[in-house]
This record gives sequence, C-alpha cells and structure tokens, in this order.
Amino acid sequence: MTSLVEVPVVTRTSPPALLELRGLAVDYGFGENRARAVDGVDLTIHEGEILGLAGESGCGKTTIANAVMQILRPPGHIAAGTMSFRGENLIGKSEEELRRFRWRNVSMVFQSAMNALNPVMRVGDQFVDAMQAHERIDRRRALARAAELLDLVGIDRARVRAYPHELSGGMRQRVIIAIALSLNPELIVLDEPTTALDVVVQREIMQQVEALKHDFGFAVLFITHDVSLLLEFADRIAIMYAGEVVETAPAGVLATNAQHPYTQGLLESFPPLTGPRQRLTGIPGSPPDLRNPPTGCRFHPRCPHCTRDRPELYRLQTIERPVLREVEPGHSVACHLVAGAEE
Amino acid sequence: MTAAAQLEVQGLTKHFAVGTTFARSRVHAVDDVSFELRPGTITALVGESGSGKSTVARLLARLHDPTGGAVLFEGSDVARVRRRRDVLRYRSQVQLIFQDPFDSLNPVKTVRHHIERPLRIHGIVPRHEVDERVQELLRAVGLVPPQEIAAKYPHELSGGQRQRVALARVLAVEPKVVLADEPTSMLDVSIRIGILNLMMRLKEERGIAFLFVTHDLASARYVADDLLVMYAGQIVERGPVEEVLESPLHPYTRLLLAAVPDPAKRLHADRIQERKGVAAAAVDPPEGCRFVSRCPLAIDVCSRVTPPLVEARPHQAARCHVTAPSNLIERTT
Repeated sequence: MTSLVEVPVVTRTSPPALLELRGLAVDYGFGENRARAVDGVDLTIHEGEILGLAGESGCGKTTIANAVMQILRPPGHIAAGTMSFRGENLIGKSEEELRRFRWRNVSMVFQSAMNALNPVMRVGDQFVDAMQAHERIDRRRALARAAELLDLVGIDRARVRAYPHELSGGMRQRVIIAIALSLNPELIVLDEPTTALDVVVQREIMQQVEALKHDFGFAVLFITHDVSLLLEFADRIAIMYAGEVVETAPAGVLATNAQHPYTQGLLESFPPLTGPRQRLTGIPGSPPDLRNPPTGCRFHPRCPHCTRDRPELYRLQTIERPVLREVEPGHSVACHLVAGAEE
Repeated sequence: MTAAAQLEVQGLTKHFAVGTTFARSRVHAVDDVSFELRPGTITALVGESGSGKSTVARLLARLHDPTGGAVLFEGSDVARVRRRRDVLRYRSQVQLIFQDPFDSLNPVKTVRHHIERPLRIHGIVPRHEVDERVQELLRAVGLVPPQEIAAKYPHELSGGQRQRVALARVLAVEPKVVLADEPTSMLDVSIRIGILNLMMRLKEERGIAFLFVTHDLASARYVADDLLVMYAGQIVERGPVEEVLESPLHPYTRLLLAAVPDPAKRLHADRIQERKGVAAAAVDPPEGCRFVSRCPLAIDVCSRVTPPLVEARPHQAARCHVTAPSNLIERTT
C-alpha cells in the first residue's frame, strides 16, 4: 500500500523549539521620535541549548530579553511580530498569566543583578519570597530548598542567614542565579551576568551554569558583548547589529568561518593571548542612531567592503536591506556580499 | 631596560583604617609595591577588583596619601609634597584618566572648555594660541573635524569619543606620565582597540610613560611592554609582558591566564572546586604568602614566611617560595 501522504524525512534531529521569535520589532516612543530598537528579529531557542546573543551596547540585545519577559518600560512596546513559548503565543497574555509564566517557565538574571538583592533581607528569605509567590510552600521547606540551591552554586549553605552585604559580588551574582533556578524554569535569560566580575569569578560562574544546565536541562539565552566568552561557552551564537540579527551559527562555525563583515570585525577586536602580537584595527565609526538608521544594510557606513568601486553592489548595499540567508546548515548571514555570491 | 625611570615607586604602602576606635583593624590595600615607569613604555598593572590596582594609580596621582614608601619623580620624593605650587607642577606632569568617560566630563560644558582649562591653568600656551592648540590636540586623538567636535557637549559624543576627549585633556598639559585606570572597560569592544592603538601611538610619538591599569590580560598583552600582576595588595609577579604570559612564574598569574575566555578551547562541565579565597585586600594579614589558601603548589613555609619578590629569571620576578625561591629563606618541608 502506498501512502498518499509523504512522510517528511527528518535529517537533523534538533531538539524541539522552546522559544520562537518571528519578526519581532520593539519601538521606543511613537511617531517622529520613534526608535526601533529591535527590527524584525527571528530567533529560536531549542530545549537545553545555550544560545548566545552578542552585540555592542544599543544593538537591542537587552531589549529582546525584556520583550520576552514583557517587562518593557513605556514608551517601549512590542510593535510587531510574534513570540511563542512551546507553541503558545506570549503576546496578549493577561498580567496574571504573565506573572505565572515569569520565573516558572522563564527566569531572568539582570545586568547588575549583584545589586538586585534586597539589602535588609536575609538571603534565604529572598528565596522564600520568590518561591511563595509562585507555589504553596511553607517557609521551612522553602529555606531547606534555598540551602540546597546555594550548595549547587558553590556557596556554603549556612549563608542562607547572611545579608547581601556580607557576600562578595561574585557570590551575590551566584545567589541571584540560584534564585532564578529555584522554580526550575525551562529557560534562563542571563543578561550580561558576568560583566561586572573578574575573569576568575566569571569563569567559575560560567562553569557552574554549564554544570547546572547539564543537571537540570534548562535552556539559556546568554546576552553579552563578549563574543570570545560565547565562542567558548555557547552552543549557537546570534550576532546583532543596530536592531537586527546579522549572523547566526553554531559557536564552532562562527569561530572559524564568520561571514558577515561586522562579525569578522568583532572577532578581530579581541586581542589574542597567544600567537604573534599584531596591530588590530577594530571597527571604524560607531553604531548608528536608531531613530534614523542608515538605508540599505545598516552596517554599510562602517563596512570595509562597501565602496563605490563596485557600483552595482554599492547600490544594493545602500538601498536594499539584506535578509538572513542560510549559507550552510545552521549558519545564516544577512549580507549582500554573501547573497550576491549565490545568485 | 632602555631608559632611566620617569617615575619610580619604592615600597609604596597604603593602609586604610576600618572599624571602631576599640576594634581598629587595617586594610592593607597596597603593601610594599615597587616598580618604575619609563618614558615611551606602557606598563600594565593587572589584578582582580579589590586587589589594590586602582589604589596604586590613585596614590601616584596623589589622590591619597601613602602610609609608607616613596614615589620618586625626576629624583625627588613627591609622595608627601604639600606646597601648592609643587603639587600643581607634579599634577601637570602626571595625569590620571578615569574608567568612566561619562562621569569625568562636565555635562554642561563643551569639549573646548574641557581642553582649554588645563591650557590656561597651567599656562601652557599664550592666550591667543589656545584655540589653535585645542584643535591640534583633538586631531592628535583622532577627533575630526576638530572645530565641530570642540563645540559639542559630552552628551553628543559616544563613549569612545568621550574617552578620546579625556585623553586630549590629559595631553594638553604635556604630561610625562599618564595613569590610565581601566580606560577601556566601559567601552564597546569595537571601540576599545581604537583607544589602545591611540595609547601606543602616543607613547611612541610623545615618549609618555603609561601605567595601564586593567583586569584584561589580553589588552595588557596587546599594548604593554611590561606587566605587573597584583594580588591582595602586593605585586606578585613582574616582568616583560611577553615573557610573563608565555611562562608565568607565580601560580596566581597562571590562574588568571587560565581564566581568560579562549575560543580555542571549549568549556567542559567539570565541577569546579570550592572557591577558597578572594583577591581582595587583606585585613590585618598574618605573616605568609597571601595566595596560600588558593595555591596548588603551597608548601609548609608559605604560610609562615611572606615571600619576597625574587628575580628568578632575567627581568622576571615573582613572590613565590616554590617557583622563585629566595636564598635567604631556608626551606623546611
């Protein structure tokens, strides 16, 4: 018997999508003064993966995190696009639904999380607060779980009785990560969790997140400006520039085969610790004003490959916005140079 | 060692008193720190936050008075200079650049004002040449067109541009020494290299002696000639940057190096061992090596005797009983 329905051949068994953003756009302000901080971003986070989101300040990476949590402050608002979590639409949920969604499904560690702890409350009580807001749990059991979580992030469990000022910056950051884990979320958004910390502490925290991910199986959206950290730590990396995702690839591929001139420039902005000492150039110019972004490719004013020597290409680069195209499985680039090669 | 030292630091010590009158203890923020800054050389001072590296820069800029030790500038000790005229002279020769370019410029004054002021206060150029010099300085730090930039207010500039203005202001007084306290850590990665390149150009063109305080070993390697590694208030290793990073003597330098993200190696999910200590300044530290509780190489003597800074290889010195043993101390195991 021949089946009429073609059975799709599954070539790659990537884990199911957890969070899907399609054409997400976020505006700050309205009308004349509108700045589109995030402009048509497609992003998928699969179960149990670490997705790194990198870019310079003002490129919209934190705005994406805030949009996912729906904690954008007015005048910031989602202008277009869809966001779904396990197939369920997130936009248009009621406050109560959102309250349950946050922490339980997705928790977030903020940029200056070290200062997010309440200074006049013992660490343990802050765990209790977070847990009791979401489930019926008595104080004693909540404290016991807090102690366990502290243990997991490498802090002495006796510290449940400590006040935040008795802990170092790195320890406070770990406490925040432990609180974020307390409701066993499926996705943790880490927004520059280690920027204010030293490299030694940074490494310890990153290794801890990796180990915890291994045990608990949550996915991580890791936001940072430090691409070198992501290359080592993330499974997949998305590079943002001026509100757009310009390149996504598995970490290993990005390290060796970055295609977008901006990604290449970013990677060349980190002086190496080994090998010959060479003069680096960085990227000339500065990121554009999003109230009035450049036409065409937003990177074209800073792009070393955008010259009038190739008039046809130049016209394309300055007039038409490039779209993300897959150049190899799992590796997409939004660049006329790359797109031009294929046509 | 090519040129004579521009600034020489000898046994610099700074203790801060903490606690109450009856339970007074002392934080040893900087303890017996010695090094020299030479013209046309960038010396990087690296360490974790709280290690005392910023305090060293502030001591050299005379924002704090040292508890002990000497700072020799052109042969005379300036650590305790009190006369206003002498202080002013010293400050015009030794300039400090701060970490945060958003805080260090006056928001209600134009760029021109910031650069004019030192020119006038220190009487660097005759009044009618001030305008010309301002433009020259802006061009020197890569801010073009200078007329346009000079009329702008700080909020109209990006972080990188502000840090360049801070540099132009510092250059206005034609300093011999520039102390840069994490000048790039608040800047975006694509902008950082520009500032580092500018520092290298200025040291070559103007023969300035730079102290570059940073926690980023990679930037230190990129710009610096010499490297100082600080831990808990002490210099634990010192030497030419390439040599130190190629084959570090002190176990702390090794730890720092291993912690830098390296795209070449992937992180593996090993559980890390319990963190044993912090690099923060020690409160009333006991005798012995301050790194001993975290050190994988520690031997018996380490917790009893403070290791001296020993030159174990040519130009490369470390405070470690194991990797840079001193002849003076008998090893008992």
